[in-house]
Amino acid sequence: MRLSGLEPLIIDEHSNFINVGERTNVAGSRKFLRLVKEEKFDEALAIARHQVEGGAQIVDVNMDDGLIDGKAAMVRFLNLIASEPDIARVPLMIDSSKWDIIEAGLQVVQGKCVVNSISLKEGEAEFIEHAKKIKRYGAAVIVMAFDEVGQADTYERRIEIAKRSYDVLVEKVNFPPEDIIFDLNIFPVATGMDEHRKNATDFIEATRWVRQNLPHVSVSGGVSNVSFSFRGNNTVREAMHSVFLYYAIEAGMNMGIVNPAMLEVYDDIPKDLLERIEDVILDKRDDATERLLDFAETVKGTKKEVVIDLSWRDEPLQDRITRALVKGIDEYIVEDVEEARCNAERPIHVIEGNLMTGMNVVGDLFGAGKMFLPQVVKSARVMKKAVAHLLPFIEEEKKSLGTEGSSDSNGKILLATVKGDVHDIGKNIVGVVLACNNYEIVDMGVMVPPEKIIEKAKEENVDIIGLSGLITPSLDEMVYLAKEMERLNFKLPLMIGGATTSKAHTSVKIDPQYKNAVVHVNDASRAVTVAGDLLNEDSDSYITELKSDYEEFRDNFLKRTKKKKMISLDEARERKFKIDWNTTEITKPNKLGTYVLEHITLEQLLPFIDWSPFFRSWDLHGKFPAILTDEVVGDQATELYEDAQKLLKEIVSKKLLKTKAVFGLFPANTINEDDVEVEVASNEKNIFRTLRQQLDKREGKPNFALADFIAPKNSGIQDYMGCFCVSTGFGTKELAEAYEAKNDDYNAIMVKALADRFAEAYAEFLHKEVRTNYWGYAANEKLSNEELIKEGYKGIRPAPGYPACPDHTEKLTIWEVLKVKERIGVELTESLAMWPAASVSGYYFGNKEAKYFGLGKITQDQVADYSARKGVDLKEAEKWLNPNIVDS
Amino acid sequence: MPNIKDILKERILVLDGAMGTMIQQYNFTEEDYRGEQFKDFHTSVKGNNDMLSITQPKAIKEIHAKYFKAGADIVETNTFSGTTIAMADYDMEEWVYELNFQSAKIAKEVANEFSAKEPNKPRFVAGSIGPTNRTASMSPDVNDPGYRAVTFDELRIAYKQQTEALVDGGVDILLVETIFDTLNAKAALFAIEEVNEERGINIPIMVSGTITDASGRTLSGQTAEAFLISVSHLDLLTVGFNCALGADQLTPYLQVVSDRTDFGVSAHPNAGLPNAFGEYDETPEVMAGKIKEYLDKSLINIIGGCCGTTPEHINAIAEVASNYSPREV
Repeated sequence: MRLSGLEPLIIDEHSNFINVGERTNVAGSRKFLRLVKEEKFDEALAIARHQVEGGAQIVDVNMDDGLIDGKAAMVRFLNLIASEPDIARVPLMIDSSKWDIIEAGLQVVQGKCVVNSISLKEGEAEFIEHAKKIKRYGAAVIVMAFDEVGQADTYERRIEIAKRSYDVLVEKVNFPPEDIIFDLNIFPVATGMDEHRKNATDFIEATRWVRQNLPHVSVSGGVSNVSFSFRGNNTVREAMHSVFLYYAIEAGMNMGIVNPAMLEVYDDIPKDLLERIEDVILDKRDDATERLLDFAETVKGTKKEVVIDLSWRDEPLQDRITRALVKGIDEYIVEDVEEARCNAERPIHVIEGNLMTGMNVVGDLFGAGKMFLPQVVKSARVMKKAVAHLLPFIEEEKKSLGTEGSSDSNGKILLATVKGDVHDIGKNIVGVVLACNNYEIVDMGVMVPPEKIIEKAKEENVDIIGLSGLITPSLDEMVYLAKEMERLNFKLPLMIGGATTSKAHTSVKIDPQYKNAVVHVNDASRAVTVAGDLLNEDSDSYITELKSDYEEFRDNFLKRTKKKKMISLDEARERKFKIDWNTTEITKPNKLGTYVLEHITLEQLLPFIDWSPFFRSWDLHGKFPAILTDEVVGDQATELYEDAQKLLKEIVSKKLLKTKAVFGLFPANTINEDDVEVEVASNEKNIFRTLRQQLDKREGKPNFALADFIAPKNSGIQDYMGCFCVSTGFGTKELAEAYEAKNDDYNAIMVKALADRFAEAYAEFLHKEVRTNYWGYAANEKLSNEELIKEGYKGIRPAPGYPACPDHTEKLTIWEVLKVKERIGVELTESLAMWPAASVSGYYFGNKEAKYFGLGKITQDQVADYSARKGVDLKEAEKWLNPNIVDS
Repeated sequence: MPNIKDILKERILVLDGAMGTMIQQYNFTEEDYRGEQFKDFHTSVKGNNDMLSITQPKAIKEIHAKYFKAGADIVETNTFSGTTIAMADYDMEEWVYELNFQSAKIAKEVANEFSAKEPNKPRFVAGSIGPTNRTASMSPDVNDPGYRAVTFDELRIAYKQQTEALVDGGVDILLVETIFDTLNAKAALFAIEEVNEERGINIPIMVSGTITDASGRTLSGQTAEAFLISVSHLDLLTVGFNCALGADQLTPYLQVVSDRTDFGVSAHPNAGLPNAFGEYDETPEVMAGKIKEYLDKSLINIIGGCCGTTPEHINAIAEVASNYSPREV
């Protein structure tokens, strides 16, 4: 469904739950009703604005009240909204039970809005007439599960009415099905009446049915109804909303009216309360209501107390501030800064004086290699809190001096993870480090389309654009953006960073597209120096030098790469890796088929965590555990490790991240040389396409393709392979956002880094389960964790997008084979990054001769062959394989 | 007559250029504007270009012919302000039907002449439906942002009358253009749907918005994509942009629309931005060079010109367009 205010809102299978703001509804908000009655429309508008700022993606407006002229109020309010770009940027929902109010609303809204609602209540003729008009006004529509007989209150009635409404709309009105939203009636549970016990499950199951059987529609509802019987006990209500939503969203509810303030984080609900609420929502026990009622009386918050050494609190003020910044202690910074403010002539002096003195110490230590990235991020957290405390005073002063809007930062830097990519740990670190060096950061988040970056860069008048990305398709996005910047005559420097980026790629592919500065910065600590060089007074000479450096690098790189000799695909196939299929051992899996695991706990994964990459993500290099005692970074690594353990403990004990896995083992054989046909079910075959090395190697060295590890079909031998996807990312975003909201970037980044580690650990754990149990070819394997990390086992689990099989689009096949999205909810972005980011997917090959390799470069003949085999456009194949195609 | 939807798949169609710029060259006086029919009209009518279809039909036909000759496949009727709402400036509301009907009729006559001469290049007439001079979603009074100078229904009724007259006069296409307030356009589209339904016809519709400046938004504040979404509820022949900007400034917005719609895409940009004297002075060669970028990027199905463009511009554009195949629809 595509809606619009001043800006678009696209709702598709990639969208998260769409939150509809409900406070501008006279039936739901007494305050709003009073303001409308008293014609205090300014204040009423403030409520709408507050909702949009709070994250409402659609604003619902309802003026149905006996004491006001609903039609006039609707028109007046919508007209006023139209003059407020902050509010009007989101689509509106015109909410009324009276058609004349709805139509009056439709006549004053320029964007594509939503009508809430119509139904078969007054019969088919009226339903058709209204739907036709709505279509002509260009709006989407909510259809209530209501017909001539009454409101649907059972599973059967809900689907009966939904089906009938759908058929009428699609067949008789020609209404676009993607513009239909069903409201399937959320009714209260735990009312004490038996007939209400199934209210939530009926809604959830009906939602599932509607999403599966009525193509393209959405499902919505007003969530707060479900907890109506617990009015006055917000702890219980908030938890009920979140439990209800958890199951309803899983069933396919994709939008709804939810008050974000009345929502508990699912994973934060105490276990005992959660259990009782789930019993009620899912109608699991006869005494569920009584048990929850009893428990509800006892619900109370608790707080922890900790004692620490506070002797440093007696030192002079500046020392305390500096210490807080260097040590990253944020507990007392507000009171210290407040003390400094009272002493200072102007609040800004506290930043320029006390805080900068402290940050300069941080900067010096960092520059001298005596402080490390994690500490700097912690310092930034303290700095942010301090500045947040001072800002209102500074604004106040600016107002009285009339100097609003002036800024004295070192420069403004836009940061974004490019379109299709979801990885942002590195980008966030860079943002924090730059921010503590007094750069103003405009962080656009992840999956940012190029036009948005361009638009924002202009709008904010930034000084530098920084792009980040982790997966290979992101490289092309960066090239595209550089081209666009050139085309639009941009002069800004472009900084490139992220795990797949390299100086080689930047110099060969990006730099030539853009006349102005392009710098590859893969190290957060370098970002500050580079930004400084790019923006200082003699940046011109720096940029000239930079350009010629990249040019030289490019020339050398191209010269070097040209020397490698390639062989044709046919020849490479001749030189394939040959396994003697008559003698090799093939084990039939103990358990063929597809499995979903949701019961694996984070504790079970702990032993499988490989810590070395964790330190790498913080720019601390070395092997774990040796890094903890390293002469240079040892102390810092130890401190980071301790902080990580603290958070880890909390995550594990409170189950703040969810583990999910789906995997399958199937009969498989190689066909057409390089393809593997897997039998997912009888009569259901899928084909994995593999790519073959084409580098001309020494005599006797094979040219590998993954297909070589599976017996060919014409050998007559039945072989097997598997594939999998694991995720520990569900919960990451919420948790990180909660920290960010507290100005705690350190822990926000830490959460993501830990989630990534858990995902890798889960992949390792699951591989072991598969080897020893599900497939069972290594039932007696006994390997230490260290050996696991060194991959000292039999069989491999290569991942699409990585060296042995760099084509990301093969993930689509895995998704199809395993129904990954449907089964565990992990999705693929347009660049085929996995979302949530802390996810791992790949294949299982069980042959003892299977080994990891890197594909390296391939030539055009294989690209053509591959695109033909795969049945994709040659251009499409070239796009995805681009990093691996030899430059002709 | 071949179906324009089919032709659109085969080649890029060329729309004509500016009408106002061409009329200026005739230096018509108040008397010329009045002609015989309005000799004694009670108020000045100079500047009411739409009336020239009645009082100076020869000149208007001549202009259409020049554009066809230059290579245009489609000319627009001289009816940009042909609604009761816009004509109120000249007290000429009651002439609205007549001027739309006549404008369509004479344009169609010229088109038929050319089609007869070159049967393999059939010529079309698009009924031009302008934005009127009032906005339905913005207040003209800064002190009262909730006020509106025109309602949806007033617009719908006015547009319906214009549509009926244009269809009666024989237009092949309706072109809702220079949309600076999407709500006005939605009223026009609503009216067209009503006429379609009442008459059992399905006349092709082109929708063309106006991005007012580098903010990338319409005057009423929508982004290009939001605009597209707001007008996509009808089966359109094309959607695109015209006026306000030169060809190069329009590129990113055409890219947005081209990437996101299954409809055809149209553009008729101005001949650059106005110079210090308010004149458009981009030469045909320069403009055609910029339009080449659209073609290189396969953004376009229908291309023409707006303010400041002349038959020479259209000639240059038609020439460059003839070397390219259209964007896929």
